[in-house]
Amino acid sequence: MKLRSMQQRHLVNRLVFGLSAVASLLGLSGLIWILTVVIHRGAGAINWSFLVALPTPPGVAGGGLANAIVGTVLMTAVATVLGVLIGVLAGIYLAEFGRANRFGTVVRFCSDILMSAPSIVVGVFVYTVVVLRTGHFSGYAGSIALAIIMLPVVTRTTEEMLKLIPDRLREAALALGAPYWKMTLDVVIRGARTGIMTGVMLAVARVSGETAPLLFTALNSPYWSRSLNEPMGNLTVTIFNYAMSPYVDWQAMAWGGSLLITAGVLLFTVGARLLLGRRKAS
Amino acid sequence: MDRPFGAPVDETSPAGVLPDSGLVGPNYAETGLPAPEPYVRPPIRPLQRSRAWALRAGRLDPLFRGVTALFAGVLIVLMAGIVLELWRNAQPSIQEFGLGFLVSQAWNPVRQDFGALAPIVGTLVSTAIAMILAVPLSLGIALFLVEMAPPAVRSVLGTAIELLAAIPSIIYGMWGLFVFAPIMADHVQPMLAKYLGFLPLFQGPPMGIGMLTAGIILALMILPFLTSVTRDIFLLVPGMLKESAYGLGSTTWEVTRKIVIPYGRRGLVGALFLGMGRALGETMAVTFVIGNTHRLSGSLFAASNTIASTLANEFTEAAEPLYLSALVELGLILFLITFVVLSLAHLWLGFIARQEGKK
Amino acid sequence: MSTMRELSKISVRNLDFYYGDHQALKGNTLDISEKRVTAFIGPSGCGKSTHIRTYNRMYEIYKGHRATGEVILDGKNILDPAVDAIELRMKVGMVFQQPTPFPMTIYDNVAYGLKLKGKMGRSELDGRVEDALMRAALWDEVKEKLDVSATALSGGQQQRLCIARAIAPEPEVILMDEPCSALDPVATLKIEELIDALKVNYTIVIVTHNMQQAARVSDYTGFFYMGELVEFEETNVLFTRPAQRRTEDYITGRFG
Repeated sequence: MKLRSMQQRHLVNRLVFGLSAVASLLGLSGLIWILTVVIHRGAGAINWSFLVALPTPPGVAGGGLANAIVGTVLMTAVATVLGVLIGVLAGIYLAEFGRANRFGTVVRFCSDILMSAPSIVVGVFVYTVVVLRTGHFSGYAGSIALAIIMLPVVTRTTEEMLKLIPDRLREAALALGAPYWKMTLDVVIRGARTGIMTGVMLAVARVSGETAPLLFTALNSPYWSRSLNEPMGNLTVTIFNYAMSPYVDWQAMAWGGSLLITAGVLLFTVGARLLLGRRKAS
Repeated sequence: MDRPFGAPVDETSPAGVLPDSGLVGPNYAETGLPAPEPYVRPPIRPLQRSRAWALRAGRLDPLFRGVTALFAGVLIVLMAGIVLELWRNAQPSIQEFGLGFLVSQAWNPVRQDFGALAPIVGTLVSTAIAMILAVPLSLGIALFLVEMAPPAVRSVLGTAIELLAAIPSIIYGMWGLFVFAPIMADHVQPMLAKYLGFLPLFQGPPMGIGMLTAGIILALMILPFLTSVTRDIFLLVPGMLKESAYGLGSTTWEVTRKIVIPYGRRGLVGALFLGMGRALGETMAVTFVIGNTHRLSGSLFAASNTIASTLANEFTEAAEPLYLSALVELGLILFLITFVVLSLAHLWLGFIARQEGKK
Repeated sequence: MSTMRELSKISVRNLDFYYGDHQALKGNTLDISEKRVTAFIGPSGCGKSTHIRTYNRMYEIYKGHRATGEVILDGKNILDPAVDAIELRMKVGMVFQQPTPFPMTIYDNVAYGLKLKGKMGRSELDGRVEDALMRAALWDEVKEKLDVSATALSGGQQQRLCIARAIAPEPEVILMDEPCSALDPVATLKIEELIDALKVNYTIVIVTHNMQQAARVSDYTGFFYMGELVEFEETNVLFTRPAQRRTEDYITGRFG
C-alpha cells in the first residue's frame, strides 16, 4: 500500500475546492451580470407613458406597451383559471384514487412528459387545434397554450402536497361519518392549501414569462383587443419583435418590457417561497 | 375540576337513565366516592332529507371519483393529442419527403423543398455545447454549496440560484443578443481563432452570433436548474455516512469523491437527462443569438439553426401548406427527441426509486 | 364466561379478515357489553387493531382489505354492504393512535362531526362544542382560544381534542386504537380518567399494548394472538386466573 503524504492530500483538497469556488463565482457573476443589465437598461425605458400608452411606430416618441401588459396579465389569468381548475382536480385523483392503479400511473407519466415538453411544441399543437380550426389567432389560443404548460405543474404539485397529509387524518374524518368527497375538500385540501398555492404561484411565474407558446397562438398586436377572440398584444412576443428590429427606440422598449416581466416573475417566485417558508415555520 | 367527569353541564338535565349494575368496574359504594351520573343530552335532530341525501357517500363519492378521473384524463388526452395532431398535420410533408426529410439539408420555401438535417444537427450541437459547459460548472457550484460554503453564503447563494432558475428564457436571449454577442465578436472569438484556429471548429469570421454563442447562453440558462437539482441530490447523502468517512481521516474532497458523488451518481444521471430535455426544447434563449441560417457548417462561429428557433422564426410566415407541414413535422421530431430523453430520465429515476425501495 | 346480565351492544361472529391473500383475523367471536370498557391486548401484529377497524368498516377505503363473518350492532350485521357506512360511522366514533387534529380551529374540529350529523343553530352548536370539550377535560385549557388552529395544541391536548370531537356527535360506541401510545404519562393518566368517566354513557372498545392500562381502565379484556381471540373474560379474571396457557405467558411477560 502506498501512503500518500498528508501534504499532498491537503493540496488536492484545496485545489478542488478552489476550482469549485471559482465555478460558483463564474456562474453566479454571469447570472448577476444578466440581472444588472436588465435592471440598468430596463429602468431607463420605463416611464409613465410606457405603462399607459399604446405602441407607436419607430421614431415616434411617447409610445408604451399598455396593451401588451394588459394582454399578458389577461392571458395568464385565464390560463391560471383553466390550469388550476383542471390541475387541482387531476391532482386530487392522483393522490386520492390513483396511487397504485394503472390509470394513475399513465396520467402521472403523461404529466411528467408534458411538464418538460418544449413549450414551442405546445404552441404548434395549439396552433393546429385552435388557430387552424377557428381560422384566426386569438387571446383564447394563447391562454390555452399557457394553460397546457401550467397544467402538469399544478397537477403534480397538488398530488405531492395532498400526499403529505397523513392517512390517519383521512381516516379520522371518515370515522366521523364524512363522505369521501367532503373529507377530501374539508380536511385534505384544506391541510394542503398553502402548498398548493405555492405551486400555483410558481406555475404562474413560469407561464407569465413564456414566449414560445404565444408566438403563433395569441400572435401579437399593437392595439387594444376588444376581446380574447382576436390576436392579443403581450409583453414577451413584443419584446422578441422589438429586440429583433433595427430601431434603437424599439430595442429600448424591449428592455423595459424585459425588466417588467422579470420583476413580475421574481415577485411571484419570492411570494411563493415566503408562503412556503411560513408554512414550514408554523 | 369542581365536578366529576361526565357530569351534566346543565344541572337541570335529566339523569339516571341507566343505573350502574355493579357487576364490573369500580364499586362506588365501597370507595365512598359519588358515583358519576349518566349524562343524557337531548337527541340531535337529524338532517333534512335533501342534505342527508347529499351527504350519502353511496351517491356522491363515485361521482367525485369520476369527475376527478375525468380531469386527470385531460392529461392523457393532451399528450396523445399532441402526437396525433402533429402527426396528422405533418402528413403532407411526410408523404412528400418521406424519411429523406431527416437527412436532407434543403430548406427552400420558394422551391418547396424541405429537409430537417440542419435544424436537427443544430439542436443536438447547441445542446451538447450547453451540457459540456453547464454540467461541470453546476457540479462545482453544488459542491461548493453543500460541502464548503459557510451557512450564510449557502442560504444566500442557494436562494439566488433558485430565483435565477425562474428568470424567463427571453431575458437570457436579450442579454445574449445585446451584451454577450458583441463581446464574443470583439474578444472571445478572435482569441479562440488565434489559439485554436487550427481546428475547423474555431475558424471563420467572428460575427458574435452563431452556434457557440447560442450554446453558451443555453448553458447559462440551464445552469441554475442543474445546480439546484444537483445540490438536492448531494443533500440526500446521509450525514452519518459522511461523518464516518471523516472519522477515518478523509479530507473533504476525498469524502466528496468517494462517498457523496458515488452515492448520488444515479440521481445525477437522471438530473442530467432532465437538464438536457430543457436545453433541447429551449426556444428563446437560442433564437436571439443563433443567427437562423439553414446551413450546416464545420465552424462553431457560423450562424446556424435549431428546430425550436426555426419554428419561432418561420411559423407565422409559412403560407404554403407544404411549408407549414414541414414545420409541424419539425415540431413533431423535436417532441419525439425530448420524449425519448425524458422517458429515459423518468424510467431511470423510477428504476432507482424501486431499487432503493427494495434495499 | 361469567353471568352476563348486561346488554350486548356488538356481537361478533366468526369474523375473518384478509389483507389481500394474508388472513389477519381468524374466526373471532365475542360480545361487547353496552356501556362498559372492553380492552384488547396482544403483541403487535396480532390483529387487535384490525379487529376494531371492522366495527366502523374503516378497512373499506383500502384496496384488497375485506372482512367476512358477522359484526352485529343493534341487531344489524354492519358488514353487509347494504348498511350505509356513513350512518354506521356516525354511531361508532373512533380515536386514533396518534392525535389527528384537522387543519382548522379548535372549535371547528369539535363542530365537524356535529355539522355532519345534524342541523342545528349556532347556539346549540356552541353549547354542544363546549359540552364535548368539558367532558374531554379540555375546556379550561382552550376556552380562551377556540379560534386558534388545533395543530398549535400539545400532543396530549390534541388527543383530548380528538376525544371531544369523537363524543360531540353523541355516538353510541367509541373505538380507541392505542389512544395513549404517543403520549407522556401525565397525559395518559388524564385520558384514562376520561375513559372511566365516559363509559357511563358510551360503549368503549380500546386497543392497547399496555397491559397495566388494560387492567386499569377496562371491565372486559380480550387477548389476541396471531389473529385469533385466545381468551375473552372479565378483566380481573383474565389478569388473575387466565384459562389459557398463552394468555398467562403473555401477561406474565414470557413473550410478546
